[in-house]
Amino acid sequence: MHVSREELDNQAIEILKKYEGVKLTPKTRGEIPVQEMPTQAPMVRITNMNEVAEGYTENQVKAEALRCLQCKNEPCIQGCPVGINIPKFIAEAAKGEYSAANSVIKESSLLPSICGRVCPQESQCQKFCTVGKIKKDVNQAVAIGRIERFVADYSRENDCDVQPTIKAETGKKVAIIGSGPASVAAAADLRKEGHSVVMFEALHKAGGVLVYGIPEFRLPKKLVQHEINNLIAMGVELNLNYLVGKTRTIEKLMTTDGFDAVFVGAGAGLPKFMNIPGENLIGVFSANEFLTRSNLMKAYDQKDSLTPLWNCERAAIFGGGNVAMDAARTAKRLGAKEVTVIYRRSEEELPARKEEFEHAKEEGINFLLLHQPHEIIGNDKSHVTSVKVVTCELGEPDASGRRSPVEIPGTEQILAFDTVVVSIGNSSNPLIKQTTEGIETNKRGNFIVNEETLETTLPGVYAGGDIVLGAATVILAMGQGRKAAKAINKYLTK
Amino acid sequence: MNKIVSKEQLSADIYKLVIEAPLIAEAHKPGQFIILQLGGDFNERIPLTIADADEERGTITLIIQAVGESTKAVVALNVGQSIENLLGPLGQPTKLGKFGKVVCVGGGIGVAPMYPIAKALHELGNEVKMILGARNKDLFVMKEEMASVVDELIIVTDDGSEGRKALVTVPLKELCEEWKPDLVVTIGPPIMMKFCALTTLPYGVHTIASLNTIMIDGTGMCGGCRVSIGDETKFVCVDGPEFDAHKVDWNNMLSRLGTYKPQEEENKHKCRMGLNTEDTEAK
Ligand SMILES: Cc1cc2nc3c(=O)[nH]c(=O)nc-3n(C[C@H](O)[C@H](O)[C@H](O)COP(=O)(O)OP(=O)(O)OC[C@H]3O[C@@H](n4cnc5c(N)ncnc54)[C@H](O)[C@@H]3O)c2cc1C
Ligand SMILES: Cc1cc2nc3c(=O)[nH]c(=O)nc-3n(C[C@H](O)[C@H](O)[C@H](O)COP(=O)(O)OP(=O)(O)OC[C@H]3O[C@@H](n4cnc5c(N)ncnc54)[C@H](O)[C@@H]3O)c2cc1C
Ligand code: SF4
Ligand code: SF4
Ligand code: FES
Repeated sequence: MHVSREELDNQAIEILKKYEGVKLTPKTRGEIPVQEMPTQAPMVRITNMNEVAEGYTENQVKAEALRCLQCKNEPCIQGCPVGINIPKFIAEAAKGEYSAANSVIKESSLLPSICGRVCPQESQCQKFCTVGKIKKDVNQAVAIGRIERFVADYSRENDCDVQPTIKAETGKKVAIIGSGPASVAAAADLRKEGHSVVMFEALHKAGGVLVYGIPEFRLPKKLVQHEINNLIAMGVELNLNYLVGKTRTIEKLMTTDGFDAVFVGAGAGLPKFMNIPGENLIGVFSANEFLTRSNLMKAYDQKDSLTPLWNCERAAIFGGGNVAMDAARTAKRLGAKEVTVIYRRSEEELPARKEEFEHAKEEGINFLLLHQPHEIIGNDKSHVTSVKVVTCELGEPDASGRRSPVEIPGTEQILAFDTVVVSIGNSSNPLIKQTTEGIETNKRGNFIVNEETLETTLPGVYAGGDIVLGAATVILAMGQGRKAAKAINKYLTK
Repeated sequence: MNKIVSKEQLSADIYKLVIEAPLIAEAHKPGQFIILQLGGDFNERIPLTIADADEERGTITLIIQAVGESTKAVVALNVGQSIENLLGPLGQPTKLGKFGKVVCVGGGIGVAPMYPIAKALHELGNEVKMILGARNKDLFVMKEEMASVVDELIIVTDDGSEGRKALVTVPLKELCEEWKPDLVVTIGPPIMMKFCALTTLPYGVHTIASLNTIMIDGTGMCGGCRVSIGDETKFVCVDGPEFDAHKVDWNNMLSRLGTYKPQEEENKHKCRMGLNTEDTEAK
């Protein structure tokens, strides 16, 4: 049952009253229930693009912060890829010192309002939380990400965000390719060291997947724009509409334009298809196209946007990750009557964040698990009319440790759909590799880098984020951007 | 940045814009294109071929047929105004070289992208014949420029108002039979390119076509521009725009182009095809 924000706030007030002035023991802390994230009601939110998760109220933050045991061995920190001092910021939040809490986070993470929203917390920080361990349920862990989000939003909205200090100009120039989280982090850290930093982005808006891929209802674009504005305020120069490799090669940037070092954060922007018959029919889209039309080109606003949208009534979404959840929930909001996610393994293996999966179910998305699409079928006008699927069962674990799907012969069936969104992920963008001599990649197309410095096989050129990791996460990309910035700074000042 | 330095109306709905874009002018090679977006949240990204570039002046030339809302908005801009977002050069350059005898077939607005290619082929020592087609004599653009860079210009119109009254495939077929070209390059409405491909196929003449699929990013990120080439799926924006015309799945390409027809028609857009090639021709 959907519980309103007011009701959740009241529950938090009750908890705070109950424990006011009481000396809290680990046992009493353990009695406090996890604070639920207030959300727009499912039947309302599928009619708009506004953020689904509305964010904790202040009372909820305080109540949730009380649940933290302040463990001496700080197990949660090892689960955070950038090592945020979690107990320390939660302690500040418990006191209502949100600005101080934000400063603690900002020592390690540059984008907390974004990561607090999109991090797969249940497999990172919260996975290691003692409270979750005691309760034997990761969903009962301290809601670290939700507190992080509140603290960061509070600091932004009240203008008490940490203002970075910029060291004296060094006279060195660094080119940053791409403007996703890896690039934003690298640019900020390098600029703080006093280097002159120029960011090159191919699209007409900065932010990478955060603007073109992840939908507004999960990550409001104004948050991304805020981070980009911060970079510009720090003195980072942003060049949009600049495709490195085509507009200019890396070699030219370094020899003619005088860049001393380059960071490549070009992401994993190459959509994968399944290579099954019918994939080029009308009504079949990559998730990137489907989401880019809606997000970047604002086609969800058909009244104003000049970019057209395909009229979809019955959509099949192939895949089971975050990308698939985003495509499914976007299709629903764009007016599809029926949306079905087709995934070849079971719910347990579903790679999407738990919260997105739950939200998708609440919104009425169907899940056809243990099914594999074999063919997309069209009519005489080449429009999609149906999908042929086959049932699978789980066999032995594969290299990834997940049990692999085995197709059951003779179980083919044909299901009616007018739209297919292939959301099985992305691989590395090959453009830079193709246009830059000396850069080497592995067989998946990911850049080969020195693990310590993130330097590529071309001296002075560093890389991080999805172009190195393959399709990964925002926090990992940001972490790599910072790591590379450190190494670039060393390289430039040696 | 991206300031319009000159604008000229070439025919009823075709305009020539010269735009300041020094980096694109420097990097550009024949066969490549740009994508522009007029700023703000709601404008679409539209691909246009670089019809010419002047590296010294730092300008590129676009020839634009105003067919729908976005192209109309572009040609409504005036000298001195700027195009907010301009990305390029995109796509693979034409594979130029010395082939011997080359026939270029340009229909409608396809003449614009053909110009730098024909010019370069001619300069490389190829013997170049150009077939230029349009519905009627008022629809030709860049005829004089074209004449100055090829060995022979063959004009055809649907209504006979200038040159021969024929479709481009008629002289193309004759040339295949009598002149035996080594290469045919065709750029124009997809239906015309399809029938050019069907015309040259029996003669085994290598034929390339420049595909104008629907695009968004132009960087290989969305896959919206994909076409079937032989058994493979290719992205026109990064693998193309030029492909072996005999391998293109033309029916698939044509139907994909029509994906948003209902929406475009709703906006009372008119058909962009400058040239009418009947389906019965060349069968
Ligand atoms: C739909 C979707 C949902 C996701 N959901 C989540 C989630 O919930 N949580 C999470 O943690 N992660 C999620 N991810 C993954 C996450 O977004 C990525 O891991 C992260 O954005 C990678 O950051 P990056 O900086 O490496 O590259 P990107 O964000 O991919 O940015 C790369 C940028 O570089 C630009 N570029 C590429 N080549 C060039 C060039 N040659 N010249 C100039 N610019 C160039 C691109 O246009 C792009 O803007 C999701 C991804 C997608 C697609
Ligand atoms: C590589 C390439 C080079 C091109 N070069 C030129 C050129 O030099 N001069 C020129 O006038 N036109 C060129 N075009 C076509 C031009 O991009 C379209 O006419 C334009 O996008 C139509 O936009 P619109 O809003 O004005 O018309 P709409 O009403 O939206 O569309 C009219 C027609 O254009 C097609 N179209 C719509 N959107 C796109 C899109 N994003 N990409 C491609 N086609 C689309 C539609 O299928 C329809 O047939 C080129 C296209 C490509 C792909
Ligand atoms: S950045 Fe992500 S992993 Fe780290 S503490 Fe925040 S939510 Fe957890
Ligand atoms: S593990 Fe959980 S309870 Fe312990 S300090 Fe970290 S967040 Fe608090
Ligand atoms: S236009 Fe998006 S991949 Fe070609």
